[in-house]
Amino acid sequence: MIIDLAKFIAAERPVWNELESILKKIEGDPHRSLPLDRTRRFHYLYERTASDLAKLNTFANEPETRRFLESLVARAYGEIHETREKSHRFQPLRWFTTVFPQTFRRHVRVFWLTVAITLAGCVFGGVATLLDPESRHVTMPFGHDSMKPSERVAQEEKAKHDRFAGEKATFSTYLMTHNTKVSIFTMALGMTWGIGTVIMLFYNGVALGAISVDYIADGQGKFLAGWLLPHGSFEIPAILIAGQAGLLLGRALIGRGTRKNLAERLREISPDVVTLIGGVGVLLIWAGLVESFFSQYHEPVIPYLVKIVFGLVELTVLILFLSKSGSKARLPG
Amino acid sequence: MTTTRTSTLAIRTPEGVVFSMQLASPITRFLAWVVDVVCISTVTSILGVALSLLSIINADFSRAVSILVFFAAQIGYGFFCEWLWRGQTVGKRLLRLRVVDAYGLRLQFSQIVIRNLLRFVDMLPAFYLVGGITTLLNARTQRLGDLAANTVVIRTPQIEQPDLEQMLAGKFNSLRNHPHLEARLRQKITPVEASLALQAIMRRDEFEPRARAELFARLGEYFRSIVVFPPESVDSITDEQYLRNVVDTIFRPRKRNV
Repeated sequence: MIIDLAKFIAAERPVWNELESILKKIEGDPHRSLPLDRTRRFHYLYERTASDLAKLNTFANEPETRRFLESLVARAYGEIHETREKSHRFQPLRWFTTVFPQTFRRHVRVFWLTVAITLAGCVFGGVATLLDPESRHVTMPFGHDSMKPSERVAQEEKAKHDRFAGEKATFSTYLMTHNTKVSIFTMALGMTWGIGTVIMLFYNGVALGAISVDYIADGQGKFLAGWLLPHGSFEIPAILIAGQAGLLLGRALIGRGTRKNLAERLREISPDVVTLIGGVGVLLIWAGLVESFFSQYHEPVIPYLVKIVFGLVELTVLILFLSKSGSKARLPG
Repeated sequence: MTTTRTSTLAIRTPEGVVFSMQLASPITRFLAWVVDVVCISTVTSILGVALSLLSIINADFSRAVSILVFFAAQIGYGFFCEWLWRGQTVGKRLLRLRVVDAYGLRLQFSQIVIRNLLRFVDMLPAFYLVGGITTLLNARTQRLGDLAANTVVIRTPQIEQPDLEQMLAGKFNSLRNHPHLEARLRQKITPVEASLALQAIMRRDEFEPRARAELFARLGEYFRSIVVFPPESVDSITDEQYLRNVVDTIFRPRKRNV
């Protein structure tokens, strides 16, 4: 009727104990790698415990022991059957200079798609502002619709005191955290099959296009370039890369052109999504610092030419970084 | 890999062995989240007070650090705890829940990051409405973050090695005086009945005294009717003792003729 349970448990307990002690060591230090003989022993113990579980399921109805064995087998199974490469100790510099740009380049076509969507938004926003000036109340965020660009420029240039005095660090961290949240949100909306990400990118493009056309039409193109380029040269690509991560998620959900199932597609893409959004975070730290300490100061404090050149240099460095950095380094696996 | 109606995730290994994990219910997960929110609020409040001291040096710097710390606590709490405790936060630890890979494999850091970042969508429009609805609709009670990261949240009740010796060994069993009746008992009893008796004995200390007496009275009456032992062997013992003797009879190692 039943296997001799007490005898069975007594005989097998040393095996279970040994397996549990190895598991505790592995789980305690994810970077630990077992020597070959210990790995073989671990595998043997796992198979024997799995066989005990099968025996128990077949010959006995004893839920306590079965649950205990299930928990042991489940833990060992996760360690033994994991085929993804074990994560290496995190090296921030190597990750940022090699892993991040390589990941970006691997999915560069998706990045170009985000650029195209944003540009489409820019065109829409720009045309809307030209054809229907009243649309500025809808298309322009952050109160840009409340005054004409030339009025704002005159106001900024006449300013006698530093309006960010004593608040630069606060403003800078506010910008960093706010932009990071927007980027994460843009990426996370990829779970709507990419539709949410596309809307976010398009909306950003609309705002950017509307403001740009508004300033240029009012003869304030130089101010606009000096104001936007220093921080925008990092901030805008960062949002685009967040969109790239979101569209990767969306593409994995849709799964067109692949026979892999949804779980496999998402499993495959998740490390890249994390890398991209991590890189976005770093870019936004720099953008926040520049926007708070540099972008908001205009002539006569800082000549526009200096700001424009600074922004262009930044953009060039970023393009070189994303296109070349780590191109000779080989990633493990 | 299959999901049964009783919210268990069954995984079949390549060796053909099946093990199952009990999935956490949305309500339990919500309670764990409430605990986590309390933890985050407490930590940020304490740090806020501590960081306000920095304003003595520079108010701007103090405010900036506070914004960063609050942001890091909000975003990083899930990453940090789940990576440190292999899929658990304070709330999940208290409610005995754990995040695991949906295939039963090792939980990767990228999975932890994705499921936590996707909270931005799951918590829309408020109080995790999107995430909550998704868990109710999903057979594996996954929110969007879990779907993207390919993770599930399971229940992890305290599991200890079974200890049969403490109840089977070294105690007098009056039924042993009647080996032929013991043999009949082993023959007539079903696996389900055997398991019922064993569980009752193993969990006897978990019951309230009155419930324990009532339970063993009912079980005793039932098991006494399966095989009738002579009165001198069973009349002077309690129902619980009778059950213990039955369990001993069923599960005791037996000498075999060679």
